Order: sequence, then structure tokens, then C-alpha cells
Amino acid sequence: MDSGRISRRHLLQGGAALTLGAAAGLRPAFAAETTIGFIYVGSRDDYGYNQAHAQGAAALKKIPGLKVVEEEKVPETDAVEKTIESMINLDGATLLFPTSFGYYNPHMIKMATKYPKLRFEHCGGLWSDKDPKNAGSYFGYIDEAQYISGIVAGLTSKSSKLGFVAAKPIPQVLRNINAFALGAKSVNPKATTQVIFTGDWSMPVKEAEATNSLIDQGVDVLTCHVDGPKTMVENAARRGAFVCGYHTNQSALAPKAYLTGAEWNWEALYPKFVKMIAAGEGIPNFYRGGLKEEIVKVSPYGEAVSTEARKAADEAKAKFLSAEGYAIFKGGLVDNKGKTVIPAGTDRGQKDPELEKMDYLVEGVIGATS
Amino acid sequence: MADGSIGLWTVPLAVLGGAIRVSTPFLFVSLGECITERAGRINLGLEGTLVMGAMSAYGISYLTGSPWLGVLAAGITGALLGALHAGICSLPRVNDVAVGIALMLFGTGLAFYLGKPLIEPTAPRLPAIDFGWWSDLPQVRAALRINVLFLIGVVLAPILYWAFRTTRWGLLIRTAGESSDAARAMGHSVLLIRLRATMVGGFLAGIGGSFLSLFYPGSWNEGLSSGQGITAVALVIFARWDPLLCLWASLAFGGAAALGPALQSVGVTSGYHLFNAAPYILTLAIMIITCSPKRTLTGAPAELSITR
Repeated sequence: MDSGRISRRHLLQGGAALTLGAAAGLRPAFAAETTIGFIYVGSRDDYGYNQAHAQGAAALKKIPGLKVVEEEKVPETDAVEKTIESMINLDGATLLFPTSFGYYNPHMIKMATKYPKLRFEHCGGLWSDKDPKNAGSYFGYIDEAQYISGIVAGLTSKSSKLGFVAAKPIPQVLRNINAFALGAKSVNPKATTQVIFTGDWSMPVKEAEATNSLIDQGVDVLTCHVDGPKTMVENAARRGAFVCGYHTNQSALAPKAYLTGAEWNWEALYPKFVKMIAAGEGIPNFYRGGLKEEIVKVSPYGEAVSTEARKAADEAKAKFLSAEGYAIFKGGLVDNKGKTVIPAGTDRGQKDPELEKMDYLVEGVIGATS
Repeated sequence: MADGSIGLWTVPLAVLGGAIRVSTPFLFVSLGECITERAGRINLGLEGTLVMGAMSAYGISYLTGSPWLGVLAAGITGALLGALHAGICSLPRVNDVAVGIALMLFGTGLAFYLGKPLIEPTAPRLPAIDFGWWSDLPQVRAALRINVLFLIGVVLAPILYWAFRTTRWGLLIRTAGESSDAARAMGHSVLLIRLRATMVGGFLAGIGGSFLSLFYPGSWNEGLSSGQGITAVALVIFARWDPLLCLWASLAFGGAAALGPALQSVGVTSGYHLFNAAPYILTLAIMIITCSPKRTLTGAPAELSITR
């Protein structure tokens, strides 16, 4: 990439200084201060999606010579373009992380075209060759961790009824629901996963109502994909149900009810990105990874998780960590309307971009995408 | 049933449970706004008051360990915001609707700013009274775990209804709302009456907020209100400035809010966006049915800036 030269040069100098400093046991600053901008759609301490990114940003703040600027609660509209402009023009940001799904197209693409020398990294987007070269998208296969949560949930549930409180039926959410359901079914063929869509990323009253409705239906293990899982975790625990967390570790909120959870590991990835730039390699435009690449992780098991469940979950984890990996979405997959969505014989591995266009719920999920 | 499921019964039960769980903030804000509007002023800032109330209740409950002190703090915060609204509106040629919008933004902004460190900690919650002890079904028991604030709200509605009709201060509030000239001729300060009415309204709205953060959903975060304060202000018009109708309207809105998730949970999955919008569709429908081009809204205080 010839774009991003200015920032890369700055980072190169800094990186060299950092390496030298580290060798000498010192922690000197980057030669030229580099500013990195983070943009969040919600509050950065929401016990969820935004907090996970903020933890990653906090890991960058510890690196001398890096300045991190952050803005929260930026809607997925023109507002994000204004935020990006002001971070570039007022704060001098050269590397930007607009972290919410809806920022990507058209907003971030437009900004990346306008500022070809700066680097834009989007979480969750689907970068393609048509997009600007100074833009990139990264994401974690958190469905691997959801699959493991599903195994633990399927073996913990007494009613074999699991619940999923979801925000919107977009591919990433559907993929999590499906992975959770498939994980549960892999160990408990009777297990069903009932999904309720609340309609938006942060709707605490709806999330609480959804949690209560699911438990009224006999669901005894719940998980979610909303921005702040706190509401679901607390309300489910109060009703005596078990929970699997999402985004970050919520075990502190419900120590007895918390089984495990699917967590992001941005605090490992973001410093890696900075190192890539400093080393002159640049960040690949399309960056993906799962448990093996340490982009996602699984929360430590709670006390309610049986030995059997721990064993099954650990086995699955070992498969994901193995060299050949493990495909959650295998050939012959049928959706909950009876249609074959993946033809027999073609396993869709984690990196298959088809999976990022998912628009179905698999057999065993009760719910509909529209 | 053997598997602990109650099938389709979930829907009416969830609507009932939702009516009880979700309605309380609507009820307190609408009763508060009812008092304020009866005195001839509109306080649109109650959305901000609700959010400030929720934040301060959570903060005080967390710091002191007593949720009831949190409720009190929420009420006082609300009353102060009410006093601010009334104070600004006392100045000549100030539009109360504009001030209300400003205070709505101020209240939510201030609450988000001060509430930052409160999102992560868990504060002690208000207790619930178990009215479902007679039932073996955990679903029924859960739906009937009722908070005292809801009961206070339910009792408050008929008391207000009675007070507006038969007590001296009820008459004073109504006089200030119907004809400020008459109130002045009786030797009362209209501004003072409105100040008190707005403060009481703010007090109640603040308590409504404390219910959100301390009982249901039961924690502080920035999406907590999702517009419930502003809906409750609209609800007062919908309820024709009658506290008893405010009670029924709040219950209907609470139940409607539970409808979307409940229908999805029993497998009615198509069009959930429509069911999620049920409260708003309900408002629009009733507004259209009851409006008339020939007369002003029945029950509207004559001094309100929207009817004058």
C-alpha cells in the first residue's frame, strides 16, 4: 500500500524507537506522536460491545507515543462522517477505528476516499476489492465462542429450551444465533433455541421483557446479542435462569448464574495492528480470525457448569485451536423453514465470505428473520 | 405442564405482567405532568427529569446502600429540575414548550455525564412484594412480583382525581390553569401556584425514573428511558388531563410494550417491528378517533399554551 505513508513513517520511527527502548529496558515515546481515533455507537462502559472496543483502545493508550481520541454515542448516520472529519482535522488522527456495523458503507468508505493518506479500520464490515485500499475491515469469528457457549448451555439446560435475546436480524447476529443453536444441538439433539428480536442495539425495557417472556416459555439458559448484555444477565439471574455472556465477561453481575460467554479480545488485536504498521507491513485489508488467532475468547466456566459440559466444551475448543480448524456450518445444513442452505458436501469454513451474508436461522431455532 | 411451559397463555400473562412492570414510569410521569398541566403549564422536560431521576436514584442507592434514599434523591432532583423549569417560565414572554425541550436535552445530557461511572457498578434494588404466592406457576408468580412504587402510583391516581375536584388546592391549581385572571382576582400568585405544581410534577417524574434504574429493568444505562418520559407527556393529552385515565392509559402502554416480545416468544414472529411499535400505534389510533376539528380537546386547561 502506498497510502498511509505519513502515518506509517511516523509509526516506523516510533516502532524503531520502541524496539530499541525495549531492548534497553526503557519505554521511550514514539518519535512522532501518532493519534488514533476510536468511534463508538454507544457508551464505552456498557458492559458490552463498546466496552470491549474501549478496552482495546485502553491497551493502545499504554503504548508510549500513541495518543488515543475517543467519541461515544455517535449514530450510524452522517454524524459519524463529521466525527471522523473532526478527529482528522482537529486532533490529527491518522488511524481511525469506526467500530459500529452501520458506519462502514457509505460513511467510512466516503471518508477513506476523501482522505486517501489516512488509514481506516472498520470492525465488522466486508471489505472488497472495490473499496478504497486505505480502508480495511477486521472481525472476529465470535461464533466459535458462541458455539462453545451453546455446548455448555445445551448440557446445563433441564428443559432443553434455550433463549436468545437479539437486536436485529443482520448476518453477524444470525451467525451467532445459529452457532449457539448448533453447539447446543451437537451435544443435546433435543435442544431448541428461541430467539426474540428487540429491534435495536440498546432497548433495556424490551430486553428485560424479552428475557421474561422467554423464561415464561420454559427457557432456562439465555444468551444475547445486544450492545449491553447487563439487562438480560441481571433479569435472567433474578428469575433463576442461567446465562451465557456476550462481548465482555459479565460474571461479576451474576456469579451463580453465569455459565460462560463469548468475549472479544480487542486488547490483544489492536496492539498487534499497531505493530504491523510499525513494522511496515500494514494491516491486511480483510482481517479475520477466531479463537486460534486470539481475536475472541471464551469466559472462564462458572461454578454451575458440570464436569461433562466442561469436557465437551474443552474438546470443541481444542478442535477450533487445531491446525485444520473446525467448520461450524457444515454441508447439508437445513434452515428452520426446511430449506437446505448449505448443500451437502460443501463445508463452509470460518473464512468463507458466504457466511458473512447469512440470512437464515438453522433448524432448531424458533424465530424468524423478518 | 410438565416442561414448565404455559404455551399461548404467555401472551396475556406477559401483557398483564408488562402492564404492571413497564407502566410505573409512565404512571408517575403522567400523573406529575397532569398536575403541572392542570396549573396551566406544559413541562416537556420530564423526559430529562425521568433520566436524571433514574441516574441519581441509582447513584445514591449505590453510594448509601439504601434504594429508598435513592428514590427520595430522585424525587428531589426532579423537584429541582421542575423548579428550574418554572423559574425560567416565570420570566416574561418565555415559551414553556421551548424551555421544556431545552431542559429535556439538559437533563439527559447531565445524567449521561454524571452517570458515566455508574454504568458498571450494581446498586441495591428496590424490593418487590410477592402477590403470586397463591399460584404454583413460576410464570404467574414472576408476573405478580409487584413493586411498592407501582402500588403508590395506583393509589395516587384516585387521590389526585379526588383532590382536583374537592380540595382547596385542587381548585387553586385548576383556577390557575383555566383562567389566570380569575386566580389573580382571588388574590393568588399564579406563578407561585405553577412553580409548586411543576415541582410536584418533577418530583413524581423523578420517582418514575428511580423505578427504571432500581426496579425494572433495574440498572442504569444510557438507553434506559428510550423515550418513555416524552411518551408519558403525550399520554396526559391522551388521558384528557384526568388522573384516573392516566392510570388506565399507563397500564395500556405497559401492556402494549410487552406485546412484541411476548408474541415472538410463542412463535408469532412475523411483523415483530409492528408489534414493537404497538404503543405508538395505540396513541395514534386513539388520537385520530377522539380528535375533532369542531371543538378543542375536552378537558384541556384553557391556559395551556397549546390550547390558548
